[in-house]
Amino acid sequence: MSLKTFAGGLHPPDSKSATAHKPIEACPLPEELIIPAAQHIGAPADICVAVGDQVKKGQVIATAKGFVSVPIHASTSGEVIAVEPRPHPLGRPLPAVVIKPDGEDAWDEALEQHDPAQLVGEELKQLVLAAGIVGMGGATFPAHVKLSPPEEKPIDTLILNGVECEPFLTADHRLMLEESTRVIDGINILRKILGIERAVIGIEANKPDAIEKMTAECAPHNIEVQALEVKYPQGAEKQLIDAVTGRQVPSGGLPMDCGVVVQNVGTAAAISDAVRLGRPLVERVATVTGPGIKEPKNLKIVIGTPLSHMVEFCGGLEGEPGKIIMGGPMMGQTQLSLEVPAIRGTSGLLLFRKGDFSTRPAGPCIRCGRCISVCPIHLQPTTIATYARLNLVDEAESNNALDCIECGCCTYICPATLPLVQSIRHIKGGIMAKRRKS
Amino acid sequence: MDNQLYLSSSPHIHSGETTDKVMRLVIYALLPATLVSIYFFGLPALGVLLICTLGCVAFEALSCNLMKREQTIADGSAALTGILLALNLPPSSPWWISLLGAAIAILIGKQVYGGLGYNPFNPALVARVVLLISFPVQMTTWTAPAPLGSGVDAVTAATPLGEIKTAVMLTGKLPELATSGFGDYFLGNMAGSLGEVSALALLLGGLFLLYKKIISWHTPLSFIGTVIVVSGIFWLVDPAKYPNPLFHLITGGLILGAFFMATDMVSSPVTYKGMLIFGFGCGLLTVLIRLFGGYPEGVSFAILLMNAATPLIDRYCRPKIYGQVEQKA
Repeated sequence: MSLKTFAGGLHPPDSKSATAHKPIEACPLPEELIIPAAQHIGAPADICVAVGDQVKKGQVIATAKGFVSVPIHASTSGEVIAVEPRPHPLGRPLPAVVIKPDGEDAWDEALEQHDPAQLVGEELKQLVLAAGIVGMGGATFPAHVKLSPPEEKPIDTLILNGVECEPFLTADHRLMLEESTRVIDGINILRKILGIERAVIGIEANKPDAIEKMTAECAPHNIEVQALEVKYPQGAEKQLIDAVTGRQVPSGGLPMDCGVVVQNVGTAAAISDAVRLGRPLVERVATVTGPGIKEPKNLKIVIGTPLSHMVEFCGGLEGEPGKIIMGGPMMGQTQLSLEVPAIRGTSGLLLFRKGDFSTRPAGPCIRCGRCISVCPIHLQPTTIATYARLNLVDEAESNNALDCIECGCCTYICPATLPLVQSIRHIKGGIMAKRRKS
Repeated sequence: MDNQLYLSSSPHIHSGETTDKVMRLVIYALLPATLVSIYFFGLPALGVLLICTLGCVAFEALSCNLMKREQTIADGSAALTGILLALNLPPSSPWWISLLGAAIAILIGKQVYGGLGYNPFNPALVARVVLLISFPVQMTTWTAPAPLGSGVDAVTAATPLGEIKTAVMLTGKLPELATSGFGDYFLGNMAGSLGEVSALALLLGGLFLLYKKIISWHTPLSFIGTVIVVSGIFWLVDPAKYPNPLFHLITGGLILGAFFMATDMVSSPVTYKGMLIFGFGCGLLTVLIRLFGGYPEGVSFAILLMNAATPLIDRYCRPKIYGQVEQKA
């Protein structure tokens, strides 16, 4: 099969060998689970439990607030010991429900199993919403919103994101190898909700075992598997759509504007559980890796597990940590401490020691043009970044700063070590603020 | 441990590409050409190289000091400018020409604009052109090669481009050297600037830069291709009056200019399309100056003129942004 891809991008070392061959291990329950109300893009959920409440696994502890929002569920059975702001991956304390597990890990009996064949699309979609399913690649966009395109925007293709282009991370890779049945079941449910036939799984060519397995198992379901060139950011939504369909999402638009819905393979697996078992999204696979960890592993964790607990289960820290990153090295967020919990969007935990990352001071731009040749959106990052440093909001806007997907290619390649994407991110905030004002 | 953690916005890894590395690789790429020039022109060439390079580094250090800016000589850009300047001077240049050139390149060509990254023109070429216009005698006194160990004394000679210009002006016809001796030209056995001589050594360096992805093929190919096409047209029209494209290619500063001067990142366009236009302009101007201008060689002027056009080219060569295309749903 010929490899497809997009224009631009680059090839960071993939650094996946530490965990790519390791089967997913279940991480034991911690002493306490910290489950934030904000785990998705959109309005945070409303907490509906109080201290002292006994909760079952899968029970709703916070309800969705508005259309772009999802409910949050207890990840195990136990007692609510606190409802208060706790450290959050976003960097500041945010409201969370703290649960002390009772050790039973008992599911809520009210959860109902369903046969997707007996349900219509709308009913299935309600189950997806009720289960709190969000995009599990890291963006955590509520899945039911993506599955509700307005009538004037017909969808003809469902793309499953199995690319996992972030270096170090292998969670989706292992999931496709070990849980392919759930993934495929989820795809079938998604097709039914969208009322379409065509589904394509995009997988980077550095996962030949996953490509082979999915190809074999997808054939009877009429699901295509598309091998993609190994190139970052191949797994970014817009780049994936371009590679698979040759279409481009219009500037400022959504995938549905070009007839496509993209879901992560992990999201598909979660949707299968949500429908067949009635189980909400309370656990996920995350890769714990990096030179700062003793035994890198792929873990199945329950939502709310503190990072420190995951580190402990992976043999502890190797050397002194210099940077704690939730997610991958290209787009992940640095954390203030290991007391932060893993949430629905936590695809990995990456630990760098001091010296494992560069802290060179920035020099002047030498106009080498590399940021331009690698930008997958074909922006001129150095130009926008210059406007950003001068706080010229209008100029940055007219140079299409808002189209930036913040993949970080420009900063990665810059020989002057300029914080290009960081500056662009900053001015995007300025542009949005200006738009809100006017 | 918590208060010693490093917090930053993504990405958290870097390619390891650095400005110093870029400059260093370009300097390596120029080594074959500098060695060949020392071989053919001996100690005077070495003298020019040393004075220019050390002079540029010294002036860079001095200006950083005077302006109380961070010292930038370690990034290698000043040394590179020095080497490029030396390669643009005649081997017989007196020491003060080299030193003055270094001062012009660094102070007027680069630091007055704010240093590395801000100069609109290639600093080495600014210096060469200022010197050429100010000191035409010293800057156009060429010596025939006197290879090291050959015992031959350096004698004054004209460059091939200079000779044909004079001959065509006097007789309206090309002299014999326009059609023979190409092997010597290619290796560098002819009169000229240090770096105008060996097309072979320069090509080796240029290919190294392409291989290392320091430069892209767009500028050199478009520059050289344009020279071949445009000079070829004139040659086909009147082969008795206009030299053939190969002569244009391997005499004079075309290879040096196309691979090392026109590709100067700071003063040339940033997009591939822009580089193609830039190279085309350089090529066209080079041929026109060589055939119809007052000077026998036009590469330096051509590149400087196109440097001036760079902001304009960049403005009109913005890449087409993802998602701003017609939908083909």
